[in-house]
Amino acid sequence: MPKRPKSPESDHPKVKGGPEESGRKQAGLGRRDFVKLVGGTGVAVTAGVLTKEALLPAESNAQAAAGRRGIGPGPVNITLRVNGEDKDVAVEPRVTLLDVLRDRLHLTGAKKVCDRGTCGACTVIVSGKAIYSCTMLAIDAANSSADILTIEGLAPEGQLHAVSAAFVDNDAQQCGFCTPGFVMACKAYLDAQPNPTYEQVKAALGGNLCRCGTYVGVRKAVLDAAMRMKGGRS
Amino acid sequence: MQAFEYAHPRSMTEALPLLGSRWGETEILAGGTDLLSLMKNYVVTPKRVVNIKGLRELRGIRGTPEGIYIGALVTLEELRTSQPMHEYPALAQAAAGVTSPQIRNMGTVGGDLCQRPRCWYFRSGFGLLARDESGRSLVPQGENRYHAILGNDGPAYFVNPSSLAPALIALGAKARLDGQNGERYVALAEFFVIPKSDAERENVLQPNEILTHVIIPEGAWELSSATYEVRQKEALDWPLATAAVALKMQAGKVASARIVLGHVAPIPWPAPEAEKSLAGQPINEATAARAGEAAVQGAKPLSGNRYKVQLARVAVKRALLAAARPRSIGAKGGV
Repeated sequence: MPKRPKSPESDHPKVKGGPEESGRKQAGLGRRDFVKLVGGTGVAVTAGVLTKEALLPAESNAQAAAGRRGIGPGPVNITLRVNGEDKDVAVEPRVTLLDVLRDRLHLTGAKKVCDRGTCGACTVIVSGKAIYSCTMLAIDAANSSADILTIEGLAPEGQLHAVSAAFVDNDAQQCGFCTPGFVMACKAYLDAQPNPTYEQVKAALGGNLCRCGTYVGVRKAVLDAAMRMKGGRS
Repeated sequence: MQAFEYAHPRSMTEALPLLGSRWGETEILAGGTDLLSLMKNYVVTPKRVVNIKGLRELRGIRGTPEGIYIGALVTLEELRTSQPMHEYPALAQAAAGVTSPQIRNMGTVGGDLCQRPRCWYFRSGFGLLARDESGRSLVPQGENRYHAILGNDGPAYFVNPSSLAPALIALGAKARLDGQNGERYVALAEFFVIPKSDAERENVLQPNEILTHVIIPEGAWELSSATYEVRQKEALDWPLATAAVALKMQAGKVASARIVLGHVAPIPWPAPEAEKSLAGQPINEATAARAGEAAVQGAKPLSGNRYKVQLARVAVKRALLAAARPRSIGAKGGV
């Protein structure tokens, strides 16, 4: 897996989640922003304060403590490495990676659809491999110190990754709800297999469902993206 | 899902004391592809979850004088792509039959063998034996299109969900189960059992044991093997019927055969009559079809799953024909 930049401020302003960022978002007042404003805690507050002084009765040093005896069921401090940045959150062991990404880190690209490891809408890349984030516990992802890549971290703000661009150009989405999952599955696949055949692409997408049925466009997009990634375009 | 205490041991010595002595207290987490769904549906509500992914000794595939040791944490993708598995086409094909790359990246060999049945009565909270208030099984009188056609004398009607078990049993594999009192080895053919009461489970694993390895015996690489799955979807789906075969060929004739059906009975279902029908025969359309016929002789379909008899019959025939072909051309699943 390609190394993500260590200091993501310049490349990934979307996931920065600093106080200015929250302020800027709240000015737009989308549905999620409104909920955040009312709740009074943005990701910056959670991440910044909890690591220093535990406001919640969270157990610290989770990795070491979990060995011989269990930790939880209350909140536990964990660190997730998401899009090249360490994110500290306090979560109960039962919380999935998908729920932390969406509800705590406000990275809502990965979608919660079946929530049972079947549809692929929640696909993210962990340590270079496509996985269902609804089917991995957040504490498990933290334990393995895995590099987690979500669609928000795929390209710098305002730019499209070659796979995303190929999806746009090949009409590879209709309602678009499954698209982030498809893009992440395609990206992981092309990193491992840069020269796929049509049949191989079809098999590589076996873990993602599109209820609009846009599979033909998606397969074309993957082949197109493979060409772009090799040719260095985009 | 219900809140639980979480443990992440780094060694077997740490892990084993964390397991409970009764079912339901503790669950073992590896890939999580089955366990998390079961917990979200409140079908299992453990007080403690023990994540065994930190146990390094459960990783990797290695050759030993007794055979190939496959760690329980080997993922289905590792199994599908690893070089040693090319000697066992039935097993690599079975792993490839799990058609979601995401599931193959997460799901493990141990998890595939220990996953709970997909029976929708079980998954809806009616228990493994799917009984109503009066103790009668809901299956024969209800929707049973995906239930058992063999070994279904009751009270169990679910089908064994494992993708790998038929191939592993055909290859003569055994499982290593580790507990606090040491390890024991169980032939995979005897690992799965048909529960007769609510107190029984679908395999012989004890609540305080971990399935740590699967061992393919030395010499199994000589066998011509194949797995053929019939699935409704090309994308991720459990098979409707599977056949795994392993043949010992001598001068173009069958010296011995192992044929195991999957997803048609509460356990991976051996087909000794089909095996006998092949003794001393070459593999061709006629002998393969005859074996398929013999394999489903005892089938007793329920009200809604008669179609599975034909699927099983054909799966046996096609697996045999694939096994007899030169090794580079494998069996292809899907409809």
